[in-house]
Amino acid sequence: MRRRPQIALLADGKRLHLQDGPIDLIVEASGREADVRAAYAAAARRFTGLLDELCVELTELRKAADPAQTALKGVVARRMHAAVAPYAANCFITPMAAVAGSVAEEILAAMLAAAPLDRAYVNNGGDIALHLTGREQFTVGLIDRPDAHGVMRTTTIDADDHVRGIATSGRHGRSFSLGIADAVTVLAKTAAQADAAATIIANAVDLPGHPAIVRVPANELQPDSDLGDRPVTRDVGALTEQEIEDALEAGACRARQLLAAGLIEGAALRLLGEAVVVGARGIATPHAVHNNQIQHAIHA
Amino acid sequence: MAMEVTATSGDKIRCDACPVMCYIKPGAAGACDRYANHDGQLVRVDPHIVLERTVEHGGRVVPFQAGGEWDGKIVNQPDVFVTAIGAGTTYPDYKPAPFIVSSEIDGVDMVTVVTEGIFSYCGVKVKIDTDRHLGRETAAVRAQGEAVGHVTTGEYGSQMLSLGGVHHLTGGSKKEGRVTCDTLMDLSNCKPVELTIDGGATVIVQAGRPPVVNGTAEERMRVGCGSATIGMFAKQWHGKVDEVVVVDDHITGVLSEHQAGKLLDIADTGIKMKGRRSTPGRYFQVAEPGTGWGGTNISDPLSVLGPFNAKEARPGLTMLMVSTTGEHAGYYVLDEALRPVEAEMPRDLRLSVERIQENCEPALCTVLFMAGAGGSLRAGVTDNPVRLTRSVKDALTRVTSGGAPVYVWPGGGITYMVDVTLMPAGAFGYVPTPALVAPIEFTLRLADYAALGGHMDYVRPLSSLKDSSEIRPMLVPGRRA
Repeated sequence: MRRRPQIALLADGKRLHLQDGPIDLIVEASGREADVRAAYAAAARRFTGLLDELCVELTELRKAADPAQTALKGVVARRMHAAVAPYAANCFITPMAAVAGSVAEEILAAMLAAAPLDRAYVNNGGDIALHLTGREQFTVGLIDRPDAHGVMRTTTIDADDHVRGIATSGRHGRSFSLGIADAVTVLAKTAAQADAAATIIANAVDLPGHPAIVRVPANELQPDSDLGDRPVTRDVGALTEQEIEDALEAGACRARQLLAAGLIEGAALRLLGEAVVVGARGIATPHAVHNNQIQHAIHA
Repeated sequence: MAMEVTATSGDKIRCDACPVMCYIKPGAAGACDRYANHDGQLVRVDPHIVLERTVEHGGRVVPFQAGGEWDGKIVNQPDVFVTAIGAGTTYPDYKPAPFIVSSEIDGVDMVTVVTEGIFSYCGVKVKIDTDRHLGRETAAVRAQGEAVGHVTTGEYGSQMLSLGGVHHLTGGSKKEGRVTCDTLMDLSNCKPVELTIDGGATVIVQAGRPPVVNGTAEERMRVGCGSATIGMFAKQWHGKVDEVVVVDDHITGVLSEHQAGKLLDIADTGIKMKGRRSTPGRYFQVAEPGTGWGGTNISDPLSVLGPFNAKEARPGLTMLMVSTTGEHAGYYVLDEALRPVEAEMPRDLRLSVERIQENCEPALCTVLFMAGAGGSLRAGVTDNPVRLTRSVKDALTRVTSGGAPVYVWPGGGITYMVDVTLMPAGAFGYVPTPALVAPIEFTLRLADYAALGGHMDYVRPLSSLKDSSEIRPMLVPGRRA
């Protein structure tokens, strides 16, 4: 039986939905009608078989990355490795930390190779690859908690910005987190870089050894998790204001290092209702959010 | 839908739905969150909620045809009611509500305007079926240490709490607002919430479930006050016991003194009650309120009695003491010194206690969400918001919340209450204002909608929303029972 990905337009007739196994993409392009059509067709073509391509090297992709070299062959797999390599010398990270962003980039690249587009995005469950030209811009809503509805704030990205990738990581997502952040959203030059960095920063938002934090070995939850028996966060109990601040500061400190190293353009970190923003000009501050009351746009 | 399972490894199963081939533990889902191990069976679970909210909203997924336009085939399904859950909202602006849907019901062209309201003026009224004392009236109710509401009136067999409201949501500290918002959302989504009452009890409240007071699940709602219980069961006790005391924090009843006992010519027993006598056989304040017998603080029922009067009492006199739910009961015989001594309860009396229990309804927590639709929300429905209010008052427009019927308060504005257990799961969301996001639908005749200044240009036929996993068939409330 040949497995076929789900490929369909959404109700508005504008956005394309691609789903295969754990990959779930929302794609939207704007430009000339024929170009958009050609781009969607290219996205559908590239998407078909993409998961199988990754799974061929799944064993290798689940191993700790070597900072200097890789035996990976696939273009997406190699992009995943390249995105995590800057971190591999100092901490445990596998190429899987960048899978969502790398896939999003791959589909966007296929679309752009097929037709010129004014503006496009590929949203892979919150890890987003962007394309912008001229005066086009994106308004991006940053979510408060991935497990609940609620937009924390918005930011605008225009063609002059270096940002072409956005990713969110945290303990509520589908992937496990070693840290306690509710959500860390990263803006970076590429989606794969954003994906890897969000994982790293979310892991750094932590209070090691704190009794209110429940951790469970990853492989007790998912037997074949790439994290092996590393303890992943399952629950975060009551923390004092100071502890929340300390944990966020630990993450913000890591984010500032990555900013200085040119690995990210900015980050917003969220834990138990408190937030810290690093770098990213244009992300509304928490204070401004209160003044503006509600920013509801998630129209990437 | 169960899928074939290719290999098993211990209690884990291997999913073959895609080439990732996850090993999935019992009760867990694979990497996709779409397939899970349910008792060793690979099952498809609900679609993963992706971060892009609009996917949940519009939700229609149509086949992709690379070569041309999709034909958008429409299937007619008369009983579909469009709820506002996931409809999104346009607050705080004046754009038309996200979905204005027309459908034909019984030959009348009806319009349903669905939107998700963002309510900073909102809260829940909680009714907790219990006789136990939860806290004094106006005492603060806390969640995670933050004041989220207060104890309000005691009602028949139950205690009311009023939680949320604009003062807790936006009038206090940031944390108070956030915790209040979480508490309201969880209660409204029928999740359990632990509440602590200042100077009172800790209660776990969950809509449609029994309350858990200080760690003990409440089972029954009392059959009546102590006096009413005497009235109801006097005949069944007549001839089987000399005296009955129904212990109740509100009105404790005493059979021999009660009108019902008098009518049966039950003799005086020389019993001496503590507390304040209201009318014969009815006593207030026999003890302090608490979580013991009949909502009092006592664990030994004899503590509500003074010494028996030797003029009327006699050795061997028998007495049943029971609480208003039948949960507590004891049988006593007076000794030579006219002191009550506990003895084994005769079968007849045990049956009467069981009868009291049987007549008690199951104790539940009920949660009504209450909110007011403000001007901007109404403006999403019509150019002339006040006409919508008038239309609702004139009963031309039906208001529902997530398809559930609501009670609209008389007076100004559209302030409504809805039983959260009648709403589909996960109907409530929040925004960090903090405020709650709740569905609200207005249904009215198309002609009436035009007359009140509706956004006619935005009316979409119901069929244009079809084909979506987000649309679930449900009965239009109040119709086709």
